[in-house]
Amino acid sequence: MDKPKFVLYFAITIVSGLVARIGVQQLIASLPDNHWAEPWAQLFLIAFLGAVLLCITSLVVFAFFPALRDIVLVPLISLYLATAISALVILAIGEDPVAAVKLMIDGALGSTYGWGYTLYYATNFMFTGLAVAVAAHAGLFNIGGEGQAMLGGLGVAVICLFIPWPHWSLALIFAILAAGLFGAAWAAIPAYLQAKRGSHIVITTIMFNFIAAAVLNYVLVNQLRPKGSQDPASARFAETVHLPSLHEMLAPLGIEFSKSGPANVSLLVALAACVLVWLLIWRTPLGYEIRSLGKSEPAARYAGISSVRIIMVAMLISGALAGCMAINNVMGEAERLVLNATEGAGFIGIAVALMGRNHPFGVFLAAILFGFLYQGGAELALWTSIPRELIVVIQALVILFTGALDNMVRMPLEKIFLALRKGQN
Amino acid sequence: MDFLTLIQILDSTVRLATPLLLACLAGLFSERAGIFDIGLEGKMLIAAFFSAAVAAVTGNVWLGLLAGIASSLVLAALHGVASITFRGNQLISGVAINFLAAGLTVLIAQDWFQQGGRTPSLISGGRFEGWEWPFAIGPQDAAAAGTPVSQLMAAANPFTQVYSELLSGHSVLVYFAFLAVPATWWILFRTRFGLRLRAVGENPAAVDTAGVSVVGLRYAAVMICGLLCGIAGAYLATALQAGFVKDMTAGRGFIALAALIFAKWRPWHAMGACLLFGLLQAIALRFQNIELGGVTIPVQAMDALPYVLTVVILAGFVGKAIPPRAGGEPYVKER
Repeated sequence: MDKPKFVLYFAITIVSGLVARIGVQQLIASLPDNHWAEPWAQLFLIAFLGAVLLCITSLVVFAFFPALRDIVLVPLISLYLATAISALVILAIGEDPVAAVKLMIDGALGSTYGWGYTLYYATNFMFTGLAVAVAAHAGLFNIGGEGQAMLGGLGVAVICLFIPWPHWSLALIFAILAAGLFGAAWAAIPAYLQAKRGSHIVITTIMFNFIAAAVLNYVLVNQLRPKGSQDPASARFAETVHLPSLHEMLAPLGIEFSKSGPANVSLLVALAACVLVWLLIWRTPLGYEIRSLGKSEPAARYAGISSVRIIMVAMLISGALAGCMAINNVMGEAERLVLNATEGAGFIGIAVALMGRNHPFGVFLAAILFGFLYQGGAELALWTSIPRELIVVIQALVILFTGALDNMVRMPLEKIFLALRKGQN
Repeated sequence: MDFLTLIQILDSTVRLATPLLLACLAGLFSERAGIFDIGLEGKMLIAAFFSAAVAAVTGNVWLGLLAGIASSLVLAALHGVASITFRGNQLISGVAINFLAAGLTVLIAQDWFQQGGRTPSLISGGRFEGWEWPFAIGPQDAAAAGTPVSQLMAAANPFTQVYSELLSGHSVLVYFAFLAVPATWWILFRTRFGLRLRAVGENPAAVDTAGVSVVGLRYAAVMICGLLCGIAGAYLATALQAGFVKDMTAGRGFIALAALIFAKWRPWHAMGACLLFGLLQAIALRFQNIELGGVTIPVQAMDALPYVLTVVILAGFVGKAIPPRAGGEPYVKER
């Protein structure tokens, strides 16, 4: 760093430090005695502790694991910023953010009932997050997970309604195949148009989300709706295709688990999908080709990789993964196909993949986090006057900070790391 | 179907096309400058809420309009910061803005009005009233004759029907939207600013070499986009409907985006596309299922048609839709 700049930075630091000190003194002097009980004071304290922890983590990462900067520090700081702004939003609508977080943790993680819902939501988000991640590795932004998951639901409904299955396990295997097939089919047209005709995949997949909603609406109202029913929903699936819930799976092991939580055997399928995607992306030639196309299209082309083939394959896998979500929400929970069964999970996949840095393990962690947020948000809506839409705001902030404003976090961090390294030598 | 029914459908086409047209022109400015914007929906939504909320509280629709525009500009600035200053992914930023608007509007609406994410219904001063042209059949004539407007209208001659029903009686924002089309064309194709704006969407490096600020031009485009989206949202909540309800844009921002592609990023064609999609909405609103030569077209097909048409256009089967060349790519001055 050159000298005038250094002097300037030094002066700014000193002045701002002094101003901050005077400000804090004034603030404390003007407070009533029990000021630490105020929500905003607690929030400030927690935010401060969080920032200190972040700084310590940053130093540890810098000293021992410099390679982890992009995959650990950047998401952590983004999450911190998103949380801080969400807390300010709660404060602004006159609620207590600390109490809200306590309520969310209690409601989502404090009981096996809460865990049942948290893991149920997390299962959905693992599928859609993996879908976005696989496409992202090929340099494609699949925003159509929502529509692909809707069509996956249609596939599951067809399999479960029209074939008398002797056992749920057989039904599950074919439901996975059908859901994957329907989801992949819905991704195939945008993929083909991108690969062959250069139509922007973001726009086509958005359009296909709306077309999927119309298709599903038509099928449910005119085809699958049982006679005499007003509800645009299919008939209930047979008892034989009922997927075992966590309660039924854990009971033989002697573990008590709430009966009402909708988490079911699909969770294991989702975990398997995480492992399979990891194997695919980092341990197969196809994964190598997908990643090289995503990194540099011309380089991949010169290496003899067909971009048409890779775009098609990556999008088909992505669509199939999004479609597979249906075994959880349609077959596992509702046990019939309803309108808007996906409840926006396809879009949350975007946030999950961004947060998880497109790595299956990251997607797993981010899916659990969002599962917690969803269940916690539902509890908040139940017990306080904070509506569920708070979660949508948090989700937006996560997408904003980890996706769009990524450079805002990354660039200063890179500079600090560079400065520290210079200091070491 | 008689002549008056046709005129009434066209009349509601104009009303429904207006928000699409404003949002479409908004997207036109942004995308012509090389900034993709899939956050049109979110900007319209937040403008719809703030215009309705402020109009409900103050009883003045013009203050509502200003508040709507201001809120939309804030989100536009956020998009600008993310995609221009920090060179982030413009598509992801757009997605984030849509969610931010969807969440914040309900959150704030619940906090301010406690009506489950709605604003109170707007009464007379809080809404944009229709603007009756001279000699048009309107409520005053109906009051004078002692019969409803519909009866007077049915009895009138076709010319009066077109004049009174189709041309007269819209809110001032409708006329603004349609005047914005030639204005946009003139700005983009007949002014120096427009030339530079289009150039920055095609080849920002050339603009930079000529000594014009790429960042400044792109911010200007993004803010014009915010302004027009704000008017579109305010129109939705204070003219088309009387108040804000949760998710009231209902995909209109994406239909506008579809119209923009359909029009291949040209202002006059954008008007044509928006009128076409508005017509589809008007038909779907008036008739549930349509009989055409013995085949029943379900209402869902009408809903999906704008999107299907856009995919067909994008696929290049009916002429090729080529977006501005530098669209979606952040401009890096030097490496």
